[in-house]
Amino acid sequence: MTLVNAVLQGIFLGAFYAVLACGLSIMFGVMRIINLAHGDVAVLGAYIVFVIVEHTGVSAFVAFAAALPVMVVLGYILQLTVLERSLKAGILTPLLATFGLSIVIQNLLQLTFSPDVHSLGGSAGVVTTSSWQVTSGLSVSALGIVVLAVAVLVFGALQVFLSRTRAGWVMRATAEDADAAELVGIDSRSVYARATAIAVAIAALGGLFLGIRSVFDPVSGPTQLIFAFEAVVIGGMGSLWGTLFGGIALGVAQTLGAQVHPQFAVMAGHLLFLAVLIVRFGGGRAVLPGVRRALLLRTAR
Amino acid sequence: MTLVTVESLDCRYGLLQAVRGVSFEIGQGETVALIGANGAGKTTLMRAVAGAHRPHGGRVVFDGIDITRIPAHRRVALGIALVPEGRRLFPGLTVEENLRVATSRRRGRWNVKSVLEVFPLLQPRRHVAAANLSGGEQQAVAIGRALMTNPRLLLLDEVSLGLAPVVVDAVYRSLTDVIREGATVLLVEQDLTRALKVAGRVICMLEGRVVLEGDAASLDRDRVVRAYFGLKRPA
Repeated sequence: MTLVNAVLQGIFLGAFYAVLACGLSIMFGVMRIINLAHGDVAVLGAYIVFVIVEHTGVSAFVAFAAALPVMVVLGYILQLTVLERSLKAGILTPLLATFGLSIVIQNLLQLTFSPDVHSLGGSAGVVTTSSWQVTSGLSVSALGIVVLAVAVLVFGALQVFLSRTRAGWVMRATAEDADAAELVGIDSRSVYARATAIAVAIAALGGLFLGIRSVFDPVSGPTQLIFAFEAVVIGGMGSLWGTLFGGIALGVAQTLGAQVHPQFAVMAGHLLFLAVLIVRFGGGRAVLPGVRRALLLRTAR
Repeated sequence: MTLVTVESLDCRYGLLQAVRGVSFEIGQGETVALIGANGAGKTTLMRAVAGAHRPHGGRVVFDGIDITRIPAHRRVALGIALVPEGRRLFPGLTVEENLRVATSRRRGRWNVKSVLEVFPLLQPRRHVAAANLSGGEQQAVAIGRALMTNPRLLLLDEVSLGLAPVVVDAVYRSLTDVIREGATVLLVEQDLTRALKVAGRVICMLEGRVVLEGDAASLDRDRVVRAYFGLKRPA
């Protein structure tokens, strides 16, 4: 029963990772940019929600609705001022630019909010603490259900947007061949800005969930980025449903790892990530014979 | 009436000069064939007119407006469409999605329905991903996608490249319909006979320069061939 519970909690945790990873996946899929500031953007979103909650006393969810337009505008500005310029300079420049942006965001947050930890748990109401005891060894938290439902909703909505609407086709067309898209009248700059705005808005949603489920401080971003990045890679770079699946796989790996030993949780996630990398990039053929030989040697001895 | 004026256009790729001081005019409703050997600068010239290549010098004027500095997507809104070399479809999008992304604000006779009427071979394939089409079908989608923008000037870059002769015939039959409806067309074509048959006027390029220009009817094949290979510079 503890195993079933671990898998269930892993799915809830993984849905959270998937939300974090979603924006990263969009930006990679559309612009081939790996946004190293993605985790910090999520934390920035959490801080904006936190400020609104502190000043108005509304629920974290209401505050998030108010923060959403701010994040969308931030996404546009980010694209038009930083990413667009760096995209022109080749494949490595956006990586460096977003790395720099990550440091800038962390330091601005430190300056403004001090290194104290904050949480949005208290302002999210009953959702934070409610849970249902299904059986003695199996409990389902309200927050877990909310995060999973929102994750499925976000990925579903994006899927419908990309496959059913003209704006979605335009985005896919630009992702596949920006040069050819320009030649049929598509302004790739505005498509990129729209993609970044969506990515930043969903990152803020990840930040909201981070703040509700635990605590955050100005330097929480990079850790979130690592989990988000692993989710994207496990699910297959640039594949949307893959990212949801990858996030859940990572979450389940972590909770199962915690069953072995509490300190093994994060490590189990990293091992899954490494295993996927090795198999995906043909390393399986290069590495597996070596592993087999090593095992054979040991048994022979 | 003149629709396009190209004035002493220079195009470069780094140190390589692909187009050297090219000037010509295309009148409304004309069909002009651009011919020349590989590397003569035809594709670069087409891309410069469409806005995909930023020229180093010279001007491109379209319908009285200097468009030299206007980006490609806004030239589409003005009525210029390029069918690029190698078709450049969006492989993951279906035929219909490929067509619909090109829908423009310009009004005109072209929409998904009318494009599929001109290219009936696409009708049963409209929900198939472009990556899974045959070469001829892909070329039809590429032309149809350009038509969806309701262009006043259609630029066609080697539409027959890599297609079976029968398919090329079919593509050109559809094009003749388009031309007959009054579109202005500038096309690059390697097949001289076909170029002389379709076009009213021929411009021959050699090493980045225009070396021969004239009405298709008045040019004899020998002169064109000499200009094409640069055997003897015509006066």
